[in-house]
Amino acid sequence: MSAAWTRRHLLGLEELSADEIRTVLDTAASFKEVSTRSIKKVPALRGKVVVNMFVEPSTRTKSSFTLAAMRLSADVLDFTPSTSSLSKGETLVDTAKNIEAMGIDFVVIRHPASGAPHMLSKVLRASVVNAGDGAHEHPTQGLLDIFTMREVKKRIEGLKVAIVGDLSYSRVARSNIWGLLKLGAEVIACGPSTLVPAAFKELGVRVSYNLDEIIGEVDVINLLRIQMERQKSNMFPSIREYARFFQINEERLKRAKPDVMIMHPGPMNRGVEISPEVADGERSVILKQVENGLAVRMAVLYLCSGAKEIPAAEESHADAGDQRR
Amino acid sequence: MPTLAIKGGRVVDPSQNLDAVADVLIEDGKVRSIGAAARADRVIDAKGLVVCPGLIDMHVHLREPGKEAAETIASGAAAAIAGGLTTIAAMPNTEPAVDTEAAAEFVVLQGKRAGMANVLPIGAVTKGRQGVELAEMGQLLRGGAVAFSDDGSPIQNADVMRRALQYAKMFDRAIISHAEDKDIVGSGVMNDGKISMILGLSGMSRVAEEIMVARDIALAAVTGGKLHIAHISVAGTVELVRAGKGKGVRVTAEATPHHFTLTDECVRGYDPVYKMNPPLRTKADVDAVKQGLADGSIDVIATDHAPHATEDKEVEFAAAPFGVIGMETLLPLVLTELVHGGVLTLSQAIAKLTVNPARVLGIAKGTLTPGADADVTILDPGCEWTIDPSRFRSKSRNCPFAGRKVRGRAVAVVVGGVLHQLESRP
Repeated sequence: MSAAWTRRHLLGLEELSADEIRTVLDTAASFKEVSTRSIKKVPALRGKVVVNMFVEPSTRTKSSFTLAAMRLSADVLDFTPSTSSLSKGETLVDTAKNIEAMGIDFVVIRHPASGAPHMLSKVLRASVVNAGDGAHEHPTQGLLDIFTMREVKKRIEGLKVAIVGDLSYSRVARSNIWGLLKLGAEVIACGPSTLVPAAFKELGVRVSYNLDEIIGEVDVINLLRIQMERQKSNMFPSIREYARFFQINEERLKRAKPDVMIMHPGPMNRGVEISPEVADGERSVILKQVENGLAVRMAVLYLCSGAKEIPAAEESHADAGDQRR
Repeated sequence: MPTLAIKGGRVVDPSQNLDAVADVLIEDGKVRSIGAAARADRVIDAKGLVVCPGLIDMHVHLREPGKEAAETIASGAAAAIAGGLTTIAAMPNTEPAVDTEAAAEFVVLQGKRAGMANVLPIGAVTKGRQGVELAEMGQLLRGGAVAFSDDGSPIQNADVMRRALQYAKMFDRAIISHAEDKDIVGSGVMNDGKISMILGLSGMSRVAEEIMVARDIALAAVTGGKLHIAHISVAGTVELVRAGKGKGVRVTAEATPHHFTLTDECVRGYDPVYKMNPPLRTKADVDAVKQGLADGSIDVIATDHAPHATEDKEVEFAAAPFGVIGMETLLPLVLTELVHGGVLTLSQAIAKLTVNPARVLGIAKGTLTPGADADVTILDPGCEWTIDPSRFRSKSRNCPFAGRKVRGRAVAVVVGGVLHQLESRP
């Protein structure tokens, strides 16, 4: 099943082949099945250590990776440096090498600097999993978004997906774009012209500055969080004006396909990029995304460990034994 | 002083349109004659080699005073010799800045103590390089400065730049413009375009350079001042300089080896060794820079040698300082990319490293006419070797050309009549 996977690190979706992406999705589907069992733990990574190194605040991604590692029976160390080398102090590489000296197998890293995971992957023996680097990529978010689309729509090829919001600064957008294009979807980048660089066209993405013009033709709308600070650097005049043109609300959805999927990587700004009714409405798959994130992260850790097949669920006494050690 | 004869080499001296096999006779630190040397105390056999005026790099950063861990004037002057350069002009963005006569004299003194390449200070345009009040330019010149620049901190106020050009005109000295509109560049760390979009790194728009070059050429036109544009990186700037020259504005320009060799594709992989300002641009820009070199729009090739200690440079791309070293790779890259690459003739390339920078700086160098300072570079234009920064004389290793196969290198230099034989490379 994992024949198409030989990688030790997951740094981004740009470098993955369509087959590799499908391998992660299929593996995640198996792990999702594990989550429905009464005993939700498998011994796949027993004895392995996963370090969560989150140099930027995160709640759901960090919790999701922690839970994924625990379900694979790995030990999890939470390491949150108080400073990054962006703000002086010990360099990121020194920090990572120090932790590695304690004997670890995975570094799950989130960092404000694009490329920080790449830097670690060059110096560490451990597997490096990118949990979001700057404005570059957030590969597990891209994978879980695509997993959710495939689960609901039963296909990716031929799907028309709009990514709406601040694409220029979004790692979620980039990972979605790479993954979706590789699997044969059509991607429309939509938002204010200051937040959607024309350079996206060079990747084969359609660019639109008018949400109302494209809303009727898309199967999926993936909304991005609007960073309020971006208004201060004149990326848009006001939150009010942004919402007027780009908020997904009931009124705007009247022109959408009846089965359009509404996605958001969170955390949401209710009333800005999405209205509360839509966020909680029947077309929203936002909580399904969170649920699938767990299975996708289990699949990623599992595949990067080089394991060859998913073991059976743990016996309950074995589980207890683990805790005694 | 014993006499020195460099015999049988191909003497290429663009300052006197010379390209012929001849002997160069040196006496008392000066060029005595070019022709057939009768006898000398010491003879160098230059058969099969090229003999040219000592190469000049008019744009280097030597970090002393302030950041001696990255480079000192002595280590920089030694790196120059190792690269075949006999004269270097040091930018004033040290800590403190070279904005007084005493500070300029310090650079001259440290250069003399090192006893390697000639080190000439470039003075700051404004006090503390703050872009507000003019520095004491006249006294900087007395201290040994040869030109003025706030390099690295471009003068944002157009009226300050106007006054600087007007004032420096009194001394017939150039203002060297690091052309960059800081507001447009913002927090950018690489060329703004497809690659920065893919990598999620903030972009530095090409228009930031074009706006400033357009402004400075307009100011040079209105003041009659002498303007030199540092490190041209984009096609639009080449065109602006070409047009300015066409209108008779006193504008000259330089390009660096990295800007005519590498593109922003190199930044994939996030290695900060490819981070410099101005940033690496696109293939179209590289081609435009080469075209500008070929048609004479770009007069000078200089390195913008910018050493950084490894611990400072090898951090996250966005956090790393801008700059790459270049003195020890200048000549091989010019020969490989431009001469062997068919962009320039050997004589044109040597002009951009000798007589042209000498004219921009207003110094009596870059020539082998009898009576000139005996600064000579002897080079083997064809030998193949691989760039290995571990062998550099510079204290820093931030070289973007490590492992690159090149053709041509300097084998010896003469500085003021003193011979420096260079170690042969594999």
